[in-house]
Amino acid sequence: MQNLLSTDGRVADDDWILLEKETPLQDAPAGDLIVPLALWRESRETLLGRDGRIGVLVYSDEQVEELDGQLEGLSIIALDFPVFSDGRSYSNARILRERMHYRGELRAVGDVLRDQIFLMRRCGFDSFALRADRPASLATTALTDFRHAYQQATIDPGTPLLTRSD
Amino acid sequence: MYRYDSFDQNMLADRVEQFRDQTARYLRGELSDAEFRPLRLQNGLYVQRLAPMLRVAIPYGMLESRQLRMLAQIARRYDKGYGHFSTRQNIQFNWPRLEDVPEILADLATVDMHAIQTSGNCIRNVTADQYSGVARDEVEDARPWCELIRQWSTFHPEFSFLPRKFKIAVSGSRSDRAAVKVHDIGLELLKNANGETGFRVLVGGGLGRTPLIGTVVREFLPADELLSYLEAILRVYNRAGRRDNIYKARIKILVKALGEQEFSARVEREWQDIRGRMDPVAPERMARIKACFPSQPYASIDAAASKDILTQQRAADRAFDRWLSRNVLEHRQPGYAIVTVSLKPTGIAPGDATDHQMEVVAELADAYSFGEIRVTHEQNLVLADVREDKLRELWHRLREAGLATPNIGLLTDIICCPGGDFCSLANAKSIPVAEAIQRRFDDLDYLHDLGEIELNISGCMNACGHHHVGHIGILGVDKKGAEFYQVLLGGSQGNQASLATILGPSFAHDAIPDVIAKILGLYVSRREQGETFLEFTRRVGIEPFRESVYAKPAQH
Repeated sequence: MQNLLSTDGRVADDDWILLEKETPLQDAPAGDLIVPLALWRESRETLLGRDGRIGVLVYSDEQVEELDGQLEGLSIIALDFPVFSDGRSYSNARILRERMHYRGELRAVGDVLRDQIFLMRRCGFDSFALRADRPASLATTALTDFRHAYQQATIDPGTPLLTRSD
Repeated sequence: MYRYDSFDQNMLADRVEQFRDQTARYLRGELSDAEFRPLRLQNGLYVQRLAPMLRVAIPYGMLESRQLRMLAQIARRYDKGYGHFSTRQNIQFNWPRLEDVPEILADLATVDMHAIQTSGNCIRNVTADQYSGVARDEVEDARPWCELIRQWSTFHPEFSFLPRKFKIAVSGSRSDRAAVKVHDIGLELLKNANGETGFRVLVGGGLGRTPLIGTVVREFLPADELLSYLEAILRVYNRAGRRDNIYKARIKILVKALGEQEFSARVEREWQDIRGRMDPVAPERMARIKACFPSQPYASIDAAASKDILTQQRAADRAFDRWLSRNVLEHRQPGYAIVTVSLKPTGIAPGDATDHQMEVVAELADAYSFGEIRVTHEQNLVLADVREDKLRELWHRLREAGLATPNIGLLTDIICCPGGDFCSLANAKSIPVAEAIQRRFDDLDYLHDLGEIELNISGCMNACGHHHVGHIGILGVDKKGAEFYQVLLGGSQGNQASLATILGPSFAHDAIPDVIAKILGLYVSRREQGETFLEFTRRVGIEPFRESVYAKPAQH
């Protein structure tokens, strides 16, 4: 089942390998790899020297500010939703995009469900690894749940109503 | 009154469709209970003891007559013919069917109403002083700022899954009638030395399990920086607020844990970053919002003459006089008055109104008060702009509908949560306790002699009935499966907000009227000239009450 959705509405298989928490680096398979922030912290040089692209997974109780000055080598950053009702990764996403000016792929992983995708998108996420039992094809319409937005965020569907001068 | 434009209406229409789809997926089994729960809560839909409960938003308590008529129609068509006005200036329907809710929301949308963010761990409906725009001691009308907050907080993408619910209240007057000190964020409008508008910002007040008075984090925030500052507070809370324990998840616990200084410093850092990036509210948008709250087109009235007539009328009619003295307040505009419609007659759950009563109030609002109605957090309704020379007429019509009980601010004007009769969180019933007290103290002369007493009842420690800030508070507790009631004294809302002290061991349901009688008896026998109940409790402290209430009968 394809469960990766991107902001253009495309549905695809996920080619990234997400390394689980506390997996030692030597156990990592070959290929494009997303590693937990803790492993990145310890083994940054090794990871950057490795074949294949590299990305970092930030859990919701971690701060993205830790990646300040380290964004250059990263192809992707994944922010985790341990449960969909844990809203901390929304703040991490906006800080990455708006304060740290991260321009690469920003992916929502974990308990990612259709009904939060519109919000995630507005906070700067541009790919969504839906929970394994939810086909991404059923979530494509979530990107257009609303025509407008009141407030400014990272991504706005048109000019936010509060800043419109017409 | 804020009127929706096409953008507001599109937002609402999109929301109605979104929720219709979510409900359908839930009913088809495509969404689990756990997944549907926060979605329905953010649309005000609870699953309660007997049936779902739908909480409809009344932003900062303001209603137009057409909206109140729609609420009446919903009460009749989808419910049992009544609604319950809540302590957050909203209305709750206790008996809708889940399948009907998308239809109810569609009906509400036709009059620009909804149930958005009336529940769930998000920024809730913002509340305000019910006398905004008409109060004599007003600094600035709070409503345009409330409307700005409503728009900013609606579907905020970053703050839809906070650690816990989040409540903001705004006061625009010197006298605080919005309980700003017991909200997650309290905002007090004020002017600086240059006459510029700003806000004193309080954070971390709240009732519930851990009642706390909010702390001032900023003495003067320029008004045009409001949203960036709110965003900074919310971000600090969203990131650092506890999520491991529902009882420690409110912002007040975070403020306490970090300490005021560290919390303020974090907000300041965040704010300095956000304010540099956030586009200001377009002056056109703010101007449009402000233009929705003009001064009413008041008639020019010979105020002295209409006062004379009123004086004669009240001298001739004791009942009318009583109503005027309790339910009618001075208005900023000469010749006009503010009328509170009591939803606290004896024998009716405090805050309940029937479909018929709602329609009567809507009609009276059209006839006497520019078609607008306000809901108070004390669970009454207000007609804010009534000509003094029409008061007697209005009183007659309110009386016919059972809406003129002359008890505003008196012992029987009880704030009361729905309690164990409806709410699945409650430890104990609260409505029957309110009724027992109203029945025991039904002598109007005695009540008027007692004067201002706020009696607040909550069926559990979540404190929806605000028992911590009642002059007399009553809290339902569970004692080995039986319903008992704790009594508290000396709480108050407003500028001098204070938290009540527990009197002592709790009482059985049927003992409560006697306990209240003893408390009042002590006050009546020992008060000084002109001393209110609250002043008395502050002067003598809790001990004399303890002695009086728990005194053992003499042994024979």
